[in-house]
Amino acid sequence: VSDRTNVIGRPRRRVDGRAKVTGRTIFADDIMLPRMLHCRLLRSPHPHARLRSVDTSRAVAAEGVHLVLTGDSFPIPYGILPVSHDEHALCRDLVRFVGDPVAAVIANDEAAAERASDLIDVEYESLRTFASPTDSLEHSEPRIHDYGDFGNVHRAVALQFGDVDDAIAGADHVFDDVFFFEGNTHLPIEQHATVALKDLDGKLVVYSSTQTPHYLHRALAKALAVPAAHIRVIATPNGGGFGGKSDPFNHEIVVAKAALLLDRPVKVCLSREEVFYCHRGRHPVLMRFRTGVTKDGKIAGLDLQTLLDGGAYGSYGVASTFYTGALQTVTYQIPKYRFRGCRVFTNKPPCGPKRGHGTPQSRFGQEVQLDKIAEFLKKDPADLRLDIVAPPDSLTANYLRVRTIGLADCIRKVVDRSGWKEKFRKLAQGRGVGLACSSYLSGAGLPINWNDLPHSGVQLKLDRSGGVTAFCGATEIGQGSDDVLASIVAEVLGIQPFDIRVVTGDTDLTPVDLGSYSSRVTLMMGNAAIQAAERAREIIADAVSARLEVPATRLVFADGRVFDSENPDRGATFQEAVCMAEARVGTIGTTGSYTPPKSPAKFKGGGVGPSPTYSYTAAVVEVDVDPETGWITVPRVWIAHDIGRALNPTLVRGQVEGSVYMGLGEALMEEQAFRRLPARLSQALVHKFPSLLEYKSLTSLDMPEIITDLIEHPDAEGPFGAKEVGQGPLLPIMPAVANAVYDAVGVRVDQVPVTPERILRALQAKAAGKAARTGPTSFPDVPWPEPLLVAPPWEGGDGRASNQTKGTSGRKPDAGIEATAGVRS
Amino acid sequence: VKIRLTCTVNGDAVDALVDDYKTLLEVLREDLRLTGTKHGCELGECGACAVLVDGQPVLSCLALAAASSGRTITTVEGLGADGQLHPLQECFADLGAAQCGYCTPGILMTAKALLDREPLPSRERICEALSGNLCRCTGYLQIFEAVEAAAQRLSDSGRKEAP
Repeated sequence: VSDRTNVIGRPRRRVDGRAKVTGRTIFADDIMLPRMLHCRLLRSPHPHARLRSVDTSRAVAAEGVHLVLTGDSFPIPYGILPVSHDEHALCRDLVRFVGDPVAAVIANDEAAAERASDLIDVEYESLRTFASPTDSLEHSEPRIHDYGDFGNVHRAVALQFGDVDDAIAGADHVFDDVFFFEGNTHLPIEQHATVALKDLDGKLVVYSSTQTPHYLHRALAKALAVPAAHIRVIATPNGGGFGGKSDPFNHEIVVAKAALLLDRPVKVCLSREEVFYCHRGRHPVLMRFRTGVTKDGKIAGLDLQTLLDGGAYGSYGVASTFYTGALQTVTYQIPKYRFRGCRVFTNKPPCGPKRGHGTPQSRFGQEVQLDKIAEFLKKDPADLRLDIVAPPDSLTANYLRVRTIGLADCIRKVVDRSGWKEKFRKLAQGRGVGLACSSYLSGAGLPINWNDLPHSGVQLKLDRSGGVTAFCGATEIGQGSDDVLASIVAEVLGIQPFDIRVVTGDTDLTPVDLGSYSSRVTLMMGNAAIQAAERAREIIADAVSARLEVPATRLVFADGRVFDSENPDRGATFQEAVCMAEARVGTIGTTGSYTPPKSPAKFKGGGVGPSPTYSYTAAVVEVDVDPETGWITVPRVWIAHDIGRALNPTLVRGQVEGSVYMGLGEALMEEQAFRRLPARLSQALVHKFPSLLEYKSLTSLDMPEIITDLIEHPDAEGPFGAKEVGQGPLLPIMPAVANAVYDAVGVRVDQVPVTPERILRALQAKAAGKAARTGPTSFPDVPWPEPLLVAPPWEGGDGRASNQTKGTSGRKPDAGIEATAGVRS
Repeated sequence: VKIRLTCTVNGDAVDALVDDYKTLLEVLREDLRLTGTKHGCELGECGACAVLVDGQPVLSCLALAAASSGRTITTVEGLGADGQLHPLQECFADLGAAQCGYCTPGILMTAKALLDREPLPSRERICEALSGNLCRCTGYLQIFEAVEAAAQRLSDSGRKEAP
């Protein structure tokens, strides 16, 4: 790949831009088919109850009703992680949160389905409801699930890398802080929708607003006991995902079953309220950071505890738990580290992955604590961080491999651009600046289902028309993955993205890509695309070389031509070149695939955190705080992101700005919070504000000016050097806001969101001579397991735990997908 | 109960029998199969369903179709003309103003109403006009820039066409 590029690195209209501005992109709910029926789910009004009986007889007899399903039709459980297949498409014995579906009505139209669902008689036996993690820790009965570590604890994990207690005891200063990060939700403007039907030959087809068609494919095969080869999942472009469409969902499985039974297309589209209850969003996390620091501001050791409110199901929760402790070490040098994380079940909608998956919460704690450390040591927080940035090409204490790291450049860039040195601790009372940093994966290094198969595949078809079609299972969720695919293939073949047709997210037509999550698509699909395109280029070059009698190594693919670099007039158009190749070798098709490098982490739990490479971000946020009211506004944000290389700067900027926007929402106002209804209404735990109007998010009027800089040091792991950008830039925003509030008015808000009310409470506490902060004050006693002891690399460790008994990773390989129907043991 | 709806949609005369309870959004999407207009809440909160009724932006999820009789309705499908995209569409596509594209039709129609009223609006006026349209992807800035670029392009071509 030459350094000069024609497509890569240039700001361009995305390949699907025209479809999107003409309203012609077909989202799942835009699919309307002849004879199509509509489905509504009947959801539990109880947060925790035994299902005594579900009587559907009146509903079945209602006008326009074709089918009523209950949990009886769904004996096989499923779930996204192999360790927590704890969901049934419709509840069978227990309902675990308000919104858990107990029955489904399929009728001529939505209104008929809705009316009939009111005629289903369900008898519930209320059970004790668990509303908070401390509640779930303190009471082990009744259990929300009959699996998990103990009682209502889903998973408690402990990992120790070196003698942390010794390091902290020997440190010059010890900082012990407790933080809380409230849950929040993705809020995609498109509500989840699915259309299922039997194809002409009787096989199941499912169109769905899913970020992960491959995992939905697996879940359908398992839950419906239908061979995967007889199921086609087509991911429609997602109208926003942000992680919220990454689980296989009950409504998807329900309409698939209904379509199989009725042999008619069946559609479901969730209401906005249902989307709030679907959730799988940010876990509320309580965390305690105990950090030993040397007098010059180096970290001697970190002891981190996190407590996650998981909600009612497993979802990605085990991974989320490990993620709260995974990435602290890839930004800063931490020679000794202990992480203990605990996820509990509660009777609320399940939490899962939202942009940043498990890492924003502890990133908030870490970056706010660093601000406090800098304050105490009278060091500039930017300088403090610059002195401890992790080195490139290194292994961290927890065996994550850092490749290129542009974090120091990011910090210097935002310091310079924001005028930090003139502003920090120097602005007028009420105005302040705060700085924070972050890092994120460029794709999870390990697959969800442990196997040796590639994570991404790309297939190319070329023919005499000169047309190129690129096939990949990746899913366009707005982030621009179709554009990445087209631009990389175009660059390698010397043509334009418009010359390429992309076919994506279709399990019948496209090779497997694991999905649009963990910021994996650009790197993994991109590398697979390069391999496929280079193989095609080689076939074409050989043919042109033979025909024109020019050595293949001298041929250049550029500007829609294939020509001799020493005599550019000697060559062929791209179409002519493809014809030469087709005549020479027959039908042309190539494939490429990508599997991430093996992780050096061999301990159980080490599968969460590894990535081929990490992106880095630094941000400075400026705030205005009214000391009388606590009212906070953000006029300006400076952000620098180490992306390795920007493939399409227009889209990259959009990802950075969109991340800042979403981060500000989390920092200032977004809350997925619950309240209990009064006793006469069953004391149900319901969402406080399940509507777009009351769940506050930033509008156009709230947006600050954003000054974005990209740091481009190409990373050898990434396609054309590219790293991720979809998630990392969100992470520094929340702590930078909290740090800026301190700079503005001298109070600490050690929790998210940083609301005017909390600022005001801290100001009042300060005025009363109490601690100038709001936030949690203690971390509960968690019965932690003995930590796995892993010696860090610099203490002679080999990535294994010295006290781990079984297996290397504790994971058993699987066959890639359920090949035949059957219940898993 | 079905009612008769006669109106003009994107320049085409419509004469249809529709359910009397249906919103304009439902009739556009389900009866006329103009699925470019989206829904995000069906409660008038997100702006995804904005269309123009007699040139004014209207949340079609809150408007009864019956109330649209005799009106002129424009949806995103009618924004371009003579086989060309509208400058707003060109600029949105070129400048990254559409990511997932779901809120885009509503924002385009709201912006069109603004530019029809105010050919060269300030950034503040654009923010204000779009404050009822939620977008979760972009952070709005590229949308503002696209509206400004389109306004400039429309104003330039207007000057050129003037005698």
